[in-house]
Amino acid sequence: MSKLVTLVSEGAGQIDPISVAAYEGVGGYQGLKKAVGLTAEQVISEVKKAKLLGRGGAAYPAGSKWEHLLHIPETPKYIVCNADEGEPGTFKDKVILGQLPLKLIEGITIAGFVFGAKAGYIYVRGEYRKIQKRILQAIENAKKAGYLGQNILGKGFDFDIQVISGAGAYVCGENSALLNSTEGKVGRPRIKPPHLAEVGLFLQPTLVNNVESLSSIPAIVLKGGDEFLKIGHPDSGGTKLICLSGHTAKPGVYEIPLGKITLREAIYDAELGNGLKGGKNLKFFHLGGQSGPIGPAALLDTPYSYTDLRKAGLTVGSGAIVVMDESVSIIDYLIGVTEFFIHESCGKCVPCREGNKQLISVLRKLAVPGGANQTDLANLRRLVTTMTAASFCGLGQTATAALNSAWKHFKEEFEANVSKTTAAAA
Amino acid sequence: MSHHKPDPSKSVNLTIDGLPVTVPEGTTILEAARKLGIHIPVLCDHPDLHKRAVCRVCVVECDGAGKLKAACANDVWEGVKVITNSPKIQAIRKTIVELILADHPQDCLTCIRNQKCELQSLALQFGLKDLTFPRSDVESRPNIDTNTLVRDMGKCVKCGRCVDVCQEVQSVRAINTAHRSLEYEVTTPYDQELIEGPCVYCGQCAAVCPVGAIYENDQTALVWKAIDDPERHVVVQTAPAVRVALGDEFGLPKGAITTGKMATALRRLGFTKVFDTDWSADVTILEEGNELLHRLQNGGKLPMITSCSPGWINFSEVFYPDLLDHLSTCKSPQQMFGALVKTYYAQISGVDASKITSVSIMPCTAKKFEAQRPEMNSSGYQDVDVVLTTRELARMIKMAGLDFEQLPETPFDQLMGDSTGAAVIFGTSGGVMEAALRTVYEVVTGEALAPLDLEAVRGHQGLKTVEVDLKGTKVKIMVANGLANARLVMDSIRAGTCDATFIEVMCCPGGCVGGGGQPYGNSQIKLERKDGLYKADKQLPLRKSHDNPEVKALYENYLGAPLGEKSHHLLHTHYSTGGKNHWAKTGH
Repeated sequence: MSKLVTLVSEGAGQIDPISVAAYEGVGGYQGLKKAVGLTAEQVISEVKKAKLLGRGGAAYPAGSKWEHLLHIPETPKYIVCNADEGEPGTFKDKVILGQLPLKLIEGITIAGFVFGAKAGYIYVRGEYRKIQKRILQAIENAKKAGYLGQNILGKGFDFDIQVISGAGAYVCGENSALLNSTEGKVGRPRIKPPHLAEVGLFLQPTLVNNVESLSSIPAIVLKGGDEFLKIGHPDSGGTKLICLSGHTAKPGVYEIPLGKITLREAIYDAELGNGLKGGKNLKFFHLGGQSGPIGPAALLDTPYSYTDLRKAGLTVGSGAIVVMDESVSIIDYLIGVTEFFIHESCGKCVPCREGNKQLISVLRKLAVPGGANQTDLANLRRLVTTMTAASFCGLGQTATAALNSAWKHFKEEFEANVSKTTAAAA
Repeated sequence: MSHHKPDPSKSVNLTIDGLPVTVPEGTTILEAARKLGIHIPVLCDHPDLHKRAVCRVCVVECDGAGKLKAACANDVWEGVKVITNSPKIQAIRKTIVELILADHPQDCLTCIRNQKCELQSLALQFGLKDLTFPRSDVESRPNIDTNTLVRDMGKCVKCGRCVDVCQEVQSVRAINTAHRSLEYEVTTPYDQELIEGPCVYCGQCAAVCPVGAIYENDQTALVWKAIDDPERHVVVQTAPAVRVALGDEFGLPKGAITTGKMATALRRLGFTKVFDTDWSADVTILEEGNELLHRLQNGGKLPMITSCSPGWINFSEVFYPDLLDHLSTCKSPQQMFGALVKTYYAQISGVDASKITSVSIMPCTAKKFEAQRPEMNSSGYQDVDVVLTTRELARMIKMAGLDFEQLPETPFDQLMGDSTGAAVIFGTSGGVMEAALRTVYEVVTGEALAPLDLEAVRGHQGLKTVEVDLKGTKVKIMVANGLANARLVMDSIRAGTCDATFIEVMCCPGGCVGGGGQPYGNSQIKLERKDGLYKADKQLPLRKSHDNPEVKALYENYLGAPLGEKSHHLLHTHYSTGGKNHWAKTGH
């Protein structure tokens, strides 16, 4: 029996992505048709039953987010789709956006119906320029077919979607920075509270969800929350699009049921990763993007679910699984990760701006035999603590996740190049 | 948009470091802790500005959560257990301050903010000793703009206070943050000089900067040199708001009136004559009051707007060039004094005007700019040669080793030293309006304004509006405090919806007591200085400008009448869209 499923990705790569008829042919718009016959509370109740956790990386329960927004009286409300997919090693939203944009559009439209919104926005990363055009065509076709625009499905519900292009900043994947950027402001994170549900886009109540989360909504409405939950893990229903890359033999995006396969299966099964290139041994895997943790081969038997991975000190995050073989030096790898965060930090808070800069200086010393001393190592530890606990936004808080987990599993590599002296004695 | 607004009538119970406390909803953790006598350290936070929470020095632990919260930006909630001080939090705060220091030139001993630096205080508070993070190669790189403001971005800690005050409080938007990560910085559009952009030189950025990144261009050396030069006859004037702020620098109570000690200090520093800008403030009232009456009687442009605040003049020229004919043509008291010291005083004292060095002590950085404007030379010389801020004067007094608190009180020199209560209140928002009305009312009605204290225009609210009955004619007056409020008024004039007759605008929030050159403080301290000024007003025997005997003598012996030919030449000016930008193009 195949370990792969097609719940969210049904039809991807097989149908004309912008054709409404083709999308209807794979069950498209059944969810919306059902949703408009339900109340907002009923739809949200299904989302809650489904235990859909946010697929962008933060794993926030979508049902709670939706319920919170529903209870906010102010209008208008806005629906914003975070399609800024900037986590390195993550390219699963790209599959939906490029091959199945109508699925996302349907999900956003259901959200628009639930919250009585008139406008939705898809904030697509700037590098997906061609895909942006495709999404626009899909939106036009949905309008022509009566699934967007005025009086949708004859229910007196008006809703339209705009596409906003990012311009290359990773931090704009942070929801509040994304809203600033959408408003035409500099894409730096906002101070919170207030939460975006209360004061979001143009200071109005706003739902911000990831592409994959919103694309799961049609299935949840159509099958019901209970059925959706059964497909996945008891704590988190449904499927996850995972992205295999690095030294994997078969890089790509795969849809798997949450909790029903292990990391080992994801990386080694013939219909998934099929092992490592050149049959080499795995040294570690990096989960959820640059902001996620690193795990050693010893953890390969962890089931791929939010709960199980968390227990093992790992995370689902964005769904990225970067596989690294034994030729890779941990320190070199972490230098790459930290260079990424130095490039992408917005720069406004001290722990992230200054912390990443200091981190890389220690890591570069650790890459040279005898280059570092005990003081450097102590500094590395307190930088991790400070950045994780005190950074302004998720970017700075998670910039040390890879380093911190690598410290746990590969401590000897950190200590290999450290002389026994302290700075004062050196 | 009401649901998330806190309701201060509700109480919130919480514990901070195990101590129970009850505060109104909407209180920040920082404020709640202060109530318990716990001062959580801050750097980017400023009580008069928006929350930015970027320095992260004030982080605290809430309910044991691993992710810490910024105490400055998070309101308390019911039942929360806050820990502000634990080894973990101390270590994190210390690391943050060390991170800032590693990217900061540590030239504290020669820094203008030495011992007045909020970063230095944090380093002291945390007892920093071994700095083990490698230092970046960042160095002090002061950039002096138009002899007025110095920006030293090598020292910037990127707290964002200056950006907030420039954008939100003053609505000028001359500076902003740009770029990201290591290149993140506070800068002007396209890195242009301040003079090329909309900057009005109010110096509010310098007033809120926690470190030595933006400050006044220190010109004390010029003054020391002039004093030391036997050929120079060095005359000084002191603005109203200086006398209630200077004491801050010497540990006197906030708002203490130091007029007599200041005059003594100036004499001991070596100034030949110690005069008072209050004297020329009284002259300003006679000129401006008569100008208002003239406009009223002759169908002149109304509303008329005051013109004593040079940052405000810059603002008008940059943003409202189409409305410049609303501005009073009166020069500011500083410039009236400057024009008269090298004409009237020179003539009476028999000193050659070319030998006079005219120095002014101002609460203001924009005054440095104003004195250099090419049109400010109606005496035939630059009317005011050097402008020092209150902070610079304090530096001179300290350098001279004067024990300010112990100084005896002495009066100003005669001829240009007498003043009235009307003049001293120029230093706070609403004061010029009150002073003008005391004179205008009496000129029109023949009776003294009663009561003389015009409470309705006092205080530091953003906009104040009052109707005055001038012998049957109802006249609406307005007072705009700070440039964001001035913008509201100017927009209403432009839209044709403003029905005021006379408007006072002060560039800096609170007026000159909150000027960009004043000892560092906040809005609370400004209020105490304001109270000091009104107290000084009450204490003076004469409280109406037209009663000033030395001003009467000026008109009798020299000027003739207000708005007369000589006044027109010496005491009035004109404005143009080129006023500030002219400088950018010509360099002078």
